[in-house]
Amino acid sequence: MTGARRVPGAGLLAGAPAVSFSFDGRRHTGVAGESLATALLANGERTIARSFKYHRPRGVMGVGNEDPAGLVTLARPSGDEPNSRATMVELYDGLAARGQNAWPSVRWDMTAVTDLLSPLFPAGFYYKTFMGPAAAWPLYEKVIRRIAGLGAVPATPDTELCTSTHAHGDLLIAGGGAAGLQAALVAARAGARVLLADENPWFGLGLLGEDARIDGEPAQTWAKAALEELSGLENVTLLPRTTVAGRYEQGFVILCEKLRDGPALAGDPSPRWRLWKLRVGSTIIATGAIERPMVFANNDRPGVMTVGAVGAYLNRYGLLVGEQVVIAASDDDAHRVASQLARAGAEVTVADTRDSGSGVAAAAGVEVLWRSRVADTAGRGGVAGVQIEGPSGRRWISATIAASRGGWSPALHLYAQTGGKAVWDDARAMFVPGAPEIGAVTVGPCNGTMDLAAALAEATAASSAVCGELGYSVTSAVPTVDGADTASGIPGFATPANRKRSFVDVQNDVTIADLDLAVREGYRSIEHVKRYTTLGMGTDQGKLGNINGIRAIAEARGEPMSSVGTTRFRPPYVPLPIGAVAAHMSPEHHHPMRRTAIHDLHAQAGCVWLKAGAWLRPQFYRRGTETDLEAVNREVLAVRNNVGLVDVSTLGKIELAGPDVVTFLNRIYTNGWSTLKPGMGRYGLMLREDGVVFDDGVTMRLGESHYVMSTTSGGAGAVREWMTRLLETRWRDLNVAVVPVTEQWFAAALAGPMARDVLARVAEGFDVSNEAFPFMGARVGKIAGIPARVFRISFSGEMSYEINVPSDRAVELWKALLEAGKPEAMAPYGVESMGVLRLEKGHFVVGREADGRTTPYDLGLGRMVSSKKWFIGKEALDFPEMKNPQRRHVVGIVPVDRKQRLPGSAHLIHADQIDAVGASQGWIVSSAWSPTFDHDIALALLDGGQARHGERMLAYAPIGGGKADVEIVSPHFYDPDGGRQIG
Amino acid sequence: MLLISCPYCGERPEEEFAFGGDASVVPPNGAGEGAPVGTETFADYLYLRDNPKGRHREHWIHRYGCQRWIEVERDTVTHEIHAVRVAGEGK
Amino acid sequence: MTADIVRYSIFSLAKQALASHSGWPEAWRKPEPKKRYDVVIIGGGGHGLAAAYYLAKLHGLRNIAVLERGWIGGGNTGRNTTIVRSNYFLRDNANFYEHSLKLWEGLSQDLNFNVMFSQRGNIILNHDFGGADGARTRYNALRLNGIDGEYLTREQVRYRVPDLDFSPTAHFPVFGAVNQPRSGIARHDAVAWGYARAADSLGVDIIENCEVTGFDIQDGTVKGVQTNRGDIAAGKVGIAVAGHSGVVAGMAGLRLPIETHLLQAMVSEPVKPFLDTVVISPGVHVYVSQTDKGEVLMGGALDGYNSYSQRGTWPTIEDVVAGAVAMFPRLRGLRLMRTWGGVMDMTMDGSPIISKTPIRHLYIDGGWCYGGFKATPGSGWVFAHTIANDAPHKLNEAFSLERFRSGRVLTERGVGNFPHHH
Repeated sequence: MTGARRVPGAGLLAGAPAVSFSFDGRRHTGVAGESLATALLANGERTIARSFKYHRPRGVMGVGNEDPAGLVTLARPSGDEPNSRATMVELYDGLAARGQNAWPSVRWDMTAVTDLLSPLFPAGFYYKTFMGPAAAWPLYEKVIRRIAGLGAVPATPDTELCTSTHAHGDLLIAGGGAAGLQAALVAARAGARVLLADENPWFGLGLLGEDARIDGEPAQTWAKAALEELSGLENVTLLPRTTVAGRYEQGFVILCEKLRDGPALAGDPSPRWRLWKLRVGSTIIATGAIERPMVFANNDRPGVMTVGAVGAYLNRYGLLVGEQVVIAASDDDAHRVASQLARAGAEVTVADTRDSGSGVAAAAGVEVLWRSRVADTAGRGGVAGVQIEGPSGRRWISATIAASRGGWSPALHLYAQTGGKAVWDDARAMFVPGAPEIGAVTVGPCNGTMDLAAALAEATAASSAVCGELGYSVTSAVPTVDGADTASGIPGFATPANRKRSFVDVQNDVTIADLDLAVREGYRSIEHVKRYTTLGMGTDQGKLGNINGIRAIAEARGEPMSSVGTTRFRPPYVPLPIGAVAAHMSPEHHHPMRRTAIHDLHAQAGCVWLKAGAWLRPQFYRRGTETDLEAVNREVLAVRNNVGLVDVSTLGKIELAGPDVVTFLNRIYTNGWSTLKPGMGRYGLMLREDGVVFDDGVTMRLGESHYVMSTTSGGAGAVREWMTRLLETRWRDLNVAVVPVTEQWFAAALAGPMARDVLARVAEGFDVSNEAFPFMGARVGKIAGIPARVFRISFSGEMSYEINVPSDRAVELWKALLEAGKPEAMAPYGVESMGVLRLEKGHFVVGREADGRTTPYDLGLGRMVSSKKWFIGKEALDFPEMKNPQRRHVVGIVPVDRKQRLPGSAHLIHADQIDAVGASQGWIVSSAWSPTFDHDIALALLDGGQARHGERMLAYAPIGGGKADVEIVSPHFYDPDGGRQIG
Repeated sequence: MLLISCPYCGERPEEEFAFGGDASVVPPNGAGEGAPVGTETFADYLYLRDNPKGRHREHWIHRYGCQRWIEVERDTVTHEIHAVRVAGEGK
Repeated sequence: MTADIVRYSIFSLAKQALASHSGWPEAWRKPEPKKRYDVVIIGGGGHGLAAAYYLAKLHGLRNIAVLERGWIGGGNTGRNTTIVRSNYFLRDNANFYEHSLKLWEGLSQDLNFNVMFSQRGNIILNHDFGGADGARTRYNALRLNGIDGEYLTREQVRYRVPDLDFSPTAHFPVFGAVNQPRSGIARHDAVAWGYARAADSLGVDIIENCEVTGFDIQDGTVKGVQTNRGDIAAGKVGIAVAGHSGVVAGMAGLRLPIETHLLQAMVSEPVKPFLDTVVISPGVHVYVSQTDKGEVLMGGALDGYNSYSQRGTWPTIEDVVAGAVAMFPRLRGLRLMRTWGGVMDMTMDGSPIISKTPIRHLYIDGGWCYGGFKATPGSGWVFAHTIANDAPHKLNEAFSLERFRSGRVLTERGVGNFPHHH
């Protein structure tokens, strides 16, 4: 056993209730609110995890987010949470955790056999083998994948509530240690809106166990008072348990707040995580420094820890982590920790690499060995003995904890995320922030300032400067500090003296030997070494191990640390719960579906819904036991022979007004607009600047300088933005107002030979006769008493009237029209039927036949291209390639044997080339059964198709194997002269 | 996430805007209906870009705001925004 | 001249294990630049290294240098989502990427370096009949071009990827999918290292930390380059620096049909095997796969504005993660470990450029948009051919700079002169 025991009355949770929890099914008792790691250590659980590559036993090494390997799976009713850091989970009653990445358990892991074979598996071994035979790699890969990974994806989706919030402030302070508290006090007193975030449940943790006095008070008293003052200020938001995860442009910062670890109580709506999306004027980064362990042989056994962690377990949680402790250090602060452990009853030995230093440990009865360091550890299932190497040689001493501190590494991640460069400081033996970043200041240990007084001074100065820039006047002075440890001695990188395995990354099992090998093999850049050995690529992202790794690389290269540099710091600072990241982004919010104004009437009519782009539209309306095809056929034939009603309000509607509308239309459409009279409309074709068809639709001239343009359903937004862009950037001299009104108007179309009869029953204020209201006419009047605009336009090829009314009268109109159509037994038809009608008519659709590569000529619409004027896209139509006769053109397709169905998604090939590579000469874009013709028809894009009408080809779909002999025909199957829509 | 100061609406987050590309690209045939130009000149206008590593003049539309076009001068490396102005008003 | 070669195999690994791995030679040498090379390739990413390798291996050239500003493979080779596929619709694209995919299939053996090419398919979901019809048309085009492709019904997708959302409330219901079974993923760094080692063994000088600062151009012909390590004369110069093509070509006075944009990707913490293919949803514009280490890898669309910053904006991360969760609800319980960005050469038609330039003996390989990684072997292969013969191979004739003058652009997606293509 480790001899870990609780020290009565010690720690911040003294007096907190006892709770029960379990690990791998073993029931234990802990203290509510302490970290799971604390509870596990207190209950003698040493091996709580297994490492990534060799499945070696892993215990708790650190005390916070820096802990590299103490990852467990939390079993929760809301879903398991894999890879949870035991150091960061707060204990609650009934907590159930289990080990992961092991079989059958972390104590006895059969997969650790990989460790026995580890001589065969040095860094990058997989690049050198598993190559032959080629077919075998998938098998090797399967095994490798199974051994890799850590926890398992929860079996069911996590159901914990997560939330996100936006907030603003003058100043964010990341880190609530001494420097952070002081920076917050200065800004808060000046009146700035301050947010202070710390990843721990408590602020000021760094001052725990500190002997120094601040402003004459014990450091802890000062911190407590500071917190009390801040809590009472309205301009301060305190965010405990909140990690500042990522810093972005212009003061945008992502924070993740943990609101609870325990399960939600019945009826409790509180979320587990809250993502803060913060916009602040400035960020003071006071994230402190991460303790850097020393590297020695077998330094991965459970029981190997950092000095700060050992101290924190005592001072924060009242836990002595072991009865016999060895502390390897090179600074005075470690002696203070040693003395505290000794006073708590531990048998402590300090091995200090320096010649001399603090006497505080010795005074507390600790054996202090100067010019000494830890060389090795021994023990089954955890440290039992520690080998110390000193001036008088090596000796083993009995100990269950080997705690080391080789120095400190500023947690400058937030500084570096936006591009700040960390620079090596030889004197302090650490990477410190280089040139300042916009909108952020680093203070205290995060800035490499380890001295308490200096850190407080730095925080005061930084906060004052930020407040000054924001216009607040500052009154706070720098606190006085006495009794603090003087700056640490030169921290040591203890280089292992023997060839035993010495780890720098204990999660990914990266050893000094691995780094040496990488450098020897020419992987010299820090990024190469990282990628070759996986150094720092684990869930801890190398917080504890990276700097030791860089040191080892520098030694292997024979170069200084500064020429090695660091890898890139990428957000987030610690892994973020995905539920929190996606908190407000349900697919329904992310991709909302639009509904027309008579959605409910469609539903009542028994429509089958279709998601058409952003719109939910009726595909068709089924009657009784009709099949899909039967329903569509009925609807199509009703339009051809009688009359039908369709909701077309998804089409874009844009009003244009002003003296220059005609000029504008002439520039954006290929055809001419100068002769269009009020009360009439015209079909227009719009091109992109590269000559390709962009959108189409009818524009009606309602008054002298008042027009309403319709666009495709999908193109409404793009067309409007394109037009406003032209008017606002290029043609600012044109006086044209552009107002999108798609949502303001509801539109329904009556279509079919009987359409006029139906219209006549409801039209008021205008003559519906063919002479008075010809094809392409526009009339303003009333329909069934509702103010309406009626356009005589046709997509189906039949006589058709599009009736536009204000959206709030849509239901009324639809009902009135159905009522008026009763003599004809008129029924609504859906989008699919509309598609068949347009296909029979041979109208192209933007996004299908006009596929983003087709010109007006490719669509057979050369007559729409005016040669008398300039328009957008005109120059590009003169590109040499645009005149290539082999371009793909739209053609019609019918099966030679009219009884045969066309295969779906087919290409057009010559029948004798069915096995040739590259045989496709085009493909079917739209096809449907035509009830009008009683056979399949299709539109296709075919190489040089306009000159190939009459040719026979094979429509062939290799997937599914469908084939049909087809004939190339004109795309205009139905009423090619257009007589029916005019009559 | 960028913070763009719309000349019409004030400071708004990036999510309200949509990018519209290089604002320094102007048609070779003038701002109006323009004189005819050779296809090569026109193709270069259509496809070639300065694509600077540094300051970039670009169009944005305040899509979920005033729906007006604006011109932003932004650094393509640091994302620092140097200026925002009404579109089409030039430098 | 060349480094000692130790052939990689389980036998050499075992032999070295007995010697504590002390006998492995450098994978590639660290030579000083010479005064002159027959061919200088600018850019030590996968494409540049592959071009050098094939120049040496297939075209008999030996006096070749690859100049890399930083560390090899440090650009987009080392920061992409490692997808390899050839499911292209347009014939010119299809033929080229299929050639590349065939090279991938023998690459580990050819290079004697395991690039871990894992042919696990590439499943593109369809969410409705229209989507399925369009996708089948595309995949029929693949089949007619001699490329593998299949259609999966909803039930077949469920069998293959059971963790997709098949619930009745799925916002983007799975209607079906298309799959290219020979598609896969590979270990990106290994591609750079493998090509570097193989090229080095053929005598190619790979010179890291060597930044090109200018060109020596006389009478319209390139004669060499200026670098931070001195001037280097060259018979021919190839540029392969996708992401920074505009910057480097600009030094030679060339303006390109390219904008530089940022593409982000992100990984979860590593977890046990959960997904053994790549899944793409056109509904949410997100793709998801799992690395051999166990990380769930997610990516989506471009950030949406020109960027050289190699770090992305937050809204994209939220979009991608939310999209991935919509596809795979179980992912909600994981953690997002790391996000990163790569800067992409986005051409104005979405297809690459592997071409001669208006400057004699200066060649360019770039404009890879999202898709440069999968093209690495094919790109190096045709670029080598183009440089060696001063003329494009049939496979890259269509990828000329000239197409932006003739109007014969290759818009796979038909979006226009707007650099937002796949």
